[in-house]
Amino acid sequence: MVSATTSQSVGKQRVRDRAAPPTLERPGVAWAVPGLLFFLVFAVAPMVGVLYLSFTHWDGLNTPQFTGAENWSRFFGDSQVWQATAVTGVLLVGNILVQAPVSILLGVWAAGHQRNRAVLSAVFFLPLLLSTAATAIMWRQLLDPNFGLPSKVQWLFGANPLGTQQGAIACLVLVTSWQFVPFHSLLYQGAARAIPQTLYQAASIDGAGRRLQFFHITLPQLRNTMITSTIFMVVGGLTAFDIVLLLTNGGPGTDTSILPFSMYQTAFRTYDYGYASAIASFLLLIATAASVLLTKLSGYDKMTSTLEGL
Amino acid sequence: MRTRPNYAAGGAAFVWLLIIGVPLYALLNTALQPPSKYTDKGPLGLPTALTFDNFSTVLDSGFLQYIWNTVFVAAGTVAIVLALGIPISYAVVRGRGWYSRGVFRLFLLGLAIPSQAVIIPLFLIVNDLGFYDTLWGIILPTAAFALPVSVLVLSGGMRDISTELYEAMALDGASPARSLLTLVVPMSKSAIATTSVFAALQAWNGFLFPLIMTQSDDTKLVTLGLYNFVSQYGANVPALLAAVLLSAAPILVVYLFARRALVAGLMGAGGK
Repeated sequence: MVSATTSQSVGKQRVRDRAAPPTLERPGVAWAVPGLLFFLVFAVAPMVGVLYLSFTHWDGLNTPQFTGAENWSRFFGDSQVWQATAVTGVLLVGNILVQAPVSILLGVWAAGHQRNRAVLSAVFFLPLLLSTAATAIMWRQLLDPNFGLPSKVQWLFGANPLGTQQGAIACLVLVTSWQFVPFHSLLYQGAARAIPQTLYQAASIDGAGRRLQFFHITLPQLRNTMITSTIFMVVGGLTAFDIVLLLTNGGPGTDTSILPFSMYQTAFRTYDYGYASAIASFLLLIATAASVLLTKLSGYDKMTSTLEGL
Repeated sequence: MRTRPNYAAGGAAFVWLLIIGVPLYALLNTALQPPSKYTDKGPLGLPTALTFDNFSTVLDSGFLQYIWNTVFVAAGTVAIVLALGIPISYAVVRGRGWYSRGVFRLFLLGLAIPSQAVIIPLFLIVNDLGFYDTLWGIILPTAAFALPVSVLVLSGGMRDISTELYEAMALDGASPARSLLTLVVPMSKSAIATTSVFAALQAWNGFLFPLIMTQSDDTKLVTLGLYNFVSQYGANVPALLAAVLLSAAPILVVYLFARRALVAGLMGAGGK
């Protein structure tokens, strides 16, 4: 409170110096209240709810029975959950390792103003027009071992790419990248165009070639976009349930059953909502930790305009 | 200054063109083939007999209704996100004191909530409010989960409006409401466009909320309709892929007529 009063009086001081009106009417907290209430009901309350439900046994019909830490002790001894966590992590890292370099290169390439680049970029955008469900269903058919691409171009895909755990994970990374690289490269394209040209001009006068310019100007200038793009990838990866359901259905066996998928199965297939809530709470914890870390890195929480200081 | 052509980049772009283009060709080619031809020629064979029968098969099964439902959900989501997100961002950027920072931090933290993780209690809430199996049961949670990104993008846009303009408005005796309508909204057009594109795509892509919150045919969205087709059509791959193509039709129309706005909108989602 002290700091608030100080900043207010400093503000007033500044205004008075300019001979402006003594009070500048600002929007009060009431402006944020409807949106806050809405967000509390549909996003924050369910967070509290899922934590509570993780301490109950509930079949979805009768009232939830409080069972203490039973779900949690089962959770920590459940090898299936740890396998799901490992697969989730592998997929997350795989997606970032494939998508980030490709998106950066494509985005920087598309930021050039050449005509052919503009035309190709329009084609590269097309996968974004398909929903994730549509993309996954399309690829499911294309990867079918009998009628799809593997039967025609076996040297590239093998006999049945979705038949092994490694193959299925590779396919999930391939399909996710196919759909989302266009989005991430758009972010990089926008950011690359915003890099001041003077930096490049100065560098070429100093004799720096294309490669040096890329590593010493372009990449450092794209730092914030890299963080934003990674946040999208992490949150997207932790909710990548539809693509798993439609492409591999968690298979072969339970080999690609990632956390959100196994949570869905536990809740809506075996009606064990209490235990599913424990898995969900764990998911929530990972996501929050990842996002806090990334927003700290990005400096989003400093709440300043990027125009300040220019 | 002429630069020498970048052959490495050109080559890489060509490879990516193949990765994007070949599956899209296979999609289009298959959707236009009679089902009997697909089994022996596969997705990449050159087309001999083109047919639109697959599309009429899909349309006869009520797919237009699903598309209409999806458009309604997308529009409803955008309307709610803007109606709530703009005042929040305004209070965050122009308000002073503990609450403006606190509200912003809450939504920053909200960025990380995966909708999957809270789906069980959310289902209960939607059910208790009487929205189960209605389109509003999808719109309300979708809008809530689009709010954090929207507040981030909108407040980013509003922060770039200079303080002098607000002071000039206040000097002329404008209330905060008037400043919002005549200064803030017109000046943050591009942030509003980005928010709208982002929220609409969230609704368009949504799979989990429709899956959990609705069950009847009248409230089915395109993504869920596709999911049902997988079991319904089974072996009829051309019809299934025709449905995939049809599901993208509305947004393809938007892309053809408003490509710049769509692309610029998405680019803005990265912030600055």
